Amino acid sequence: MTDSTAGPQPGDNEPTGDLFSDLSAHASGAGDEPAETRHRVIGTPPPAEARSLLKTPPPGAPGGPPVPRQRELPADPDDPVSAKRAERVVVACFLIATLAGLGFIAAYLIFQVHSVTNVLHSNLALGSTMGLAFLALAVGAVIWVRRLMPTVELTELRKPLRSSPEDRAAFAETFEEGAEASQFTKRPMVRRALIAATVPVALAPIVLLRDLGPLPGTKLDHTVWRKGMRLLNYGANTPIRPADFSSPGGMITVVPDGFQDDFNALAKAAVIIIKFAPNVIEFSARPEPGKVVQNWTVDNIVAYSKICTHVGCPAALYEHTTHHILCPCHQSTFDAARGAQVIFGPATRALPQLPMTVDAQGYLVARHDFIEPVGPSFWERGPS
Amino acid sequence: MLAGLSYAAITDGSASATAHSVTGQAQISEGRTIFLQECSSCHGLYAQGTPGVAPSLIGVGAAAVDFQVSTGRMPAKEPVAEQPRKPVALKPQQIHALAAYIASLGGGPPIPSSADVSQVGANAGVGQQLFVADCAQCHNFVGAGGALTYGKYAPPLTKSTPRQIFEAMLTGPEAMPVFNNTTITPQQKRDIIAYVTQTRAEPNPGGFSLGRVGPVTEGLVTFLGLLLFMVLAALWITAKHGKAHD
Amino acid sequence: MAIDKALAGTGSWLDERFHGAKGFRTFFRKIFPDHWTFMLGEIALYSFVILLLTGTFLALFFQPSMTEMVYHGSYVKLDGVHMSKAYASTLNISFDVRGGLLMRQIHHWAANLFVAAILVHMLRIFFTGAYRKPREVNWLIGIVLFTLALLEGLFGYSLPDDLLSGAGLRITQGVLQSIPVVGTYLSFFLFGGEYPGNDIIPRMYILHVLLIPGLFAALIGAHLFIMFHQKHTQMPGKGRTNKNVVGAPMYPYFMAKTGAFFLFVFAACALAATFAQINPIWIYGPYNPLAISAGSQPDFYMGFLEGSLRIMPAWQWVIFGHTFAFNVFIPALLPLGLIMTGAAFWPFIEQWITGDKREHHLNDRPRNAPARTAVGMAAVSFYGVLWLEGANDVIAQHFDIALYTVTEIARVAVFAVPILAYIITKRICLGLQRKDLHLLEHGVETGIIRQLPNGEFIEETRPLGEDEVAKLALPQPERLPLPVGVSGGEDDVPPPGMRGSIGRVRARLNRIVTETVPMNGHGANGHGNGHGPDGQGAVSSGDQAHAAIGSSGREAGGDSTGGDGSPTS
Repeated sequence: MTDSTAGPQPGDNEPTGDLFSDLSAHASGAGDEPAETRHRVIGTPPPAEARSLLKTPPPGAPGGPPVPRQRELPADPDDPVSAKRAERVVVACFLIATLAGLGFIAAYLIFQVHSVTNVLHSNLALGSTMGLAFLALAVGAVIWVRRLMPTVELTELRKPLRSSPEDRAAFAETFEEGAEASQFTKRPMVRRALIAATVPVALAPIVLLRDLGPLPGTKLDHTVWRKGMRLLNYGANTPIRPADFSSPGGMITVVPDGFQDDFNALAKAAVIIIKFAPNVIEFSARPEPGKVVQNWTVDNIVAYSKICTHVGCPAALYEHTTHHILCPCHQSTFDAARGAQVIFGPATRALPQLPMTVDAQGYLVARHDFIEPVGPSFWERGPS
Repeated sequence: MLAGLSYAAITDGSASATAHSVTGQAQISEGRTIFLQECSSCHGLYAQGTPGVAPSLIGVGAAAVDFQVSTGRMPAKEPVAEQPRKPVALKPQQIHALAAYIASLGGGPPIPSSADVSQVGANAGVGQQLFVADCAQCHNFVGAGGALTYGKYAPPLTKSTPRQIFEAMLTGPEAMPVFNNTTITPQQKRDIIAYVTQTRAEPNPGGFSLGRVGPVTEGLVTFLGLLLFMVLAALWITAKHGKAHD
Repeated sequence: MAIDKALAGTGSWLDERFHGAKGFRTFFRKIFPDHWTFMLGEIALYSFVILLLTGTFLALFFQPSMTEMVYHGSYVKLDGVHMSKAYASTLNISFDVRGGLLMRQIHHWAANLFVAAILVHMLRIFFTGAYRKPREVNWLIGIVLFTLALLEGLFGYSLPDDLLSGAGLRITQGVLQSIPVVGTYLSFFLFGGEYPGNDIIPRMYILHVLLIPGLFAALIGAHLFIMFHQKHTQMPGKGRTNKNVVGAPMYPYFMAKTGAFFLFVFAACALAATFAQINPIWIYGPYNPLAISAGSQPDFYMGFLEGSLRIMPAWQWVIFGHTFAFNVFIPALLPLGLIMTGAAFWPFIEQWITGDKREHHLNDRPRNAPARTAVGMAAVSFYGVLWLEGANDVIAQHFDIALYTVTEIARVAVFAVPILAYIITKRICLGLQRKDLHLLEHGVETGIIRQLPNGEFIEETRPLGEDEVAKLALPQPERLPLPVGVSGGEDDVPPPGMRGSIGRVRARLNRIVTETVPMNGHGANGHGNGHGPDGQGAVSSGDQAHAAIGSSGREAGGDSTGGDGSPTS
């Protein structure tokens, strides 16, 4: 069998030019003379010394012995002494990895879970054995490559990416012939009809997505709050009397009666009520920016939507000394004494005020729903 | 921006129900002496407050005094946006005397009793629900604290005793809202305390907690820990054999 | 040996069916250039493999359902609490499945590492110019992969339905809703109705475990195949030219090294999952739309979007009852859009500015492309300011800065810092280049001082070694002078690419971008070191134009400094 690197052979599909030449191998360690290997370019005949003086044909000639194949990769590491040491280290690493792997299986069997402390121990045991196993394997592998394998630096030529003009011309011909044979270019009606036919088929998957959800309609304009609906103190879900919520500086989350567990409702209907000392709130009779509608408050208790008008996080952080409501997500800040108007941050609209009154039993109830949509802005929101 | 609000407007129905023992004239006098020494320079000789410096203490109640002084916040060292927790300046007996004196001036919520803050029968699951609805937005999921405006902050709850947590909810110190006993009942307060104390005592099964702050520290560890480790490994793997050692 | 016979037997069996001998041999002998920065992409690749493995485990236990239930599992603090099945099954994995918490944490750490690795890999490609022809398509694939990685991570950490990630979902919904005209429709279709609905978690699940991983597999496959087919780029050095690849062969060297690196990545993720807790959802609690925590941030790779939302001033228009919520959709779309679109177009913009249409297989040292490096640093600092602003409340709390002040500083910094970064980086690059030139011309200082007979002290220098010279005296990233005309005279008609105001802009940008310090005595040509023309039509015309320009006295691109300062910029 001839040298398979000796250039193009029958049946070889690779173009010429894929030379593979062996540069001098670098030596490791300090002070060693670099070992010079013969710099040979594959494909040229071997030097004259290799040719026999006898009558037998030289290697490579017809009838003669095959050319002895030049090794591309050395068989042995650069520094055998350091390689011996490294071998021990690598074996040790792999042994550690083996033990750690077995340790992992043992840890799985030994350490039970089902409590926080147990999980802590189990996680520690399983994780450290697994980590150690991988780490030891990795370290051993790297030392193997660096120390046990001979250092090698080889060069491979890049083929130009642009195909040869002949190949390009041949491709162009094949393509054009095929295009002509297909009649695609010669029969415009067929072509146009095909294109027309693909359009609905391409649109069909998008059409199929229509039932992903209902149309918004006016759903975003309203919440579940209705006239007479009680405000429940979230958690215990008990109704609230103004006399119970009488400490100025108080704030609490409230939910509509009947919807205390309904996340879909609460995502728009959650409300905070805040109790003020007298003469702090700026009242007005009608809804006005920067003012609290007096008729909607009870005893200096005012109710605002908890859903931030920026992107919908619960805006619940209340500083009673400054009467600011701060949303922790993006720091939109609202002044609770002035109609929750925005005083800092990216929110553009005040928190809507929930109209409140007291029912016959003395509990806080809503007068009616908010007079504007709650929560983040949207296109169809309407004037405000 | 120190609170200029007068606490005089706070009236709480439980003013007369003193929960702790030994209320007597002697204690109140002792309290007055301490007050004049430690507090009157900011709060005024009659606890009426100094506008822009310190609020009036009339009607704040014993609970507020116990909270502020037992956490070391009061006596304050210097005017800052928010008084931090610091080493306590007074002995417990002195604190109680001071509290009794302030309570005698205008009533206010009393110091919670041991029964008030007992953890027996407290439900941390209920506490969790309440905490995330009304407390976590300032104090963070586990009570690690959070930023407020203008240099104020909601402090971490790592060192607060059950009594102090109860008192803070009850009296609304600094910028904190007031959660009186009819808004969040004593049982609910106990549940919240159970949640806070159990959570902070809970071990971290996944390893070091990274501050329990969330993705911010996780991101830092990703870059400064994981990625750095990988870069070091890559440097090792591709290092040229220049030296005799690895 | 028996194993030899077994291998030979198997190999022969396969070869008779797949004709593999030649192909495999080519594959085995493929040369891989060696540089640590080339392994950054591998970090991402192996993180992806780890994500697949751990994700499969998690998928066996996770229930992607929003149905409410009452918890009675091992995490007793939440006993009796109402929560979704998704959250409860995550608690179950964490506390009731052996190795479950470990797998969850490895999965999450690997996800973070995946995105971080993509980021640094992308930066390496950018700063070394490895996106240039012929690798533009691979660059675009990479950008798509990056975007997919962000989405995949977002959906992944939102699956457990905990309070922290739920807040993020709410923000996503609010952002979606704010988009003009179609926002509410998009929101209703994604969530199956009003927020939160019952559909979002199962839908994200299918995107997270099926659709996006499928796209990943295909795109990563394409990304790697293209890299194989075009061969990897290499760093400049001795013997390395634009026409060869120098390194060690795939088999056994590269296989061993990359295998070892995979083990390192796995080890790193496993050890992180052992010692550093991540995403402790049991502490966050189940999601509730009326609850929120201070210090809520998304995972780091979404941080810059979060920062954009926080930095934006309140700005909206309401016209005839329709709201343009600029305060929301500008931060959501503009920074991300700028960076992604800018990155996607960059190879083509650079080609247009420099007129450089040749193949590039040698990486640039970043300092040798000062304008590109400076633009990259400006983009990085823009991203970084927004990133930091995303953590503004944590920064305010821990560094004792007033909350609003952090945002106000960021609002200025987001414009000022990138501009400063550009200027400073460009100056640093030019300075480093001058230092290299000095080394080339004068050699390295040896620290040996000698006194001359006339009393002067000089320091001896040694000339640079071959390898060092090869690294420094690079063929400059050749900034071809743009064609100006046939004779170069004043009344010439400029060629199509240089006409009109666009042409003038192009010329101006070309001058800025080609400002660099030439390294070798050939001046800005640098046609040595085997970096000859590749037979491209544009190059040869450029060569002729070059000669014409030289003769008419116009500056060749890149020689504007000549080491004496006062360049145009």
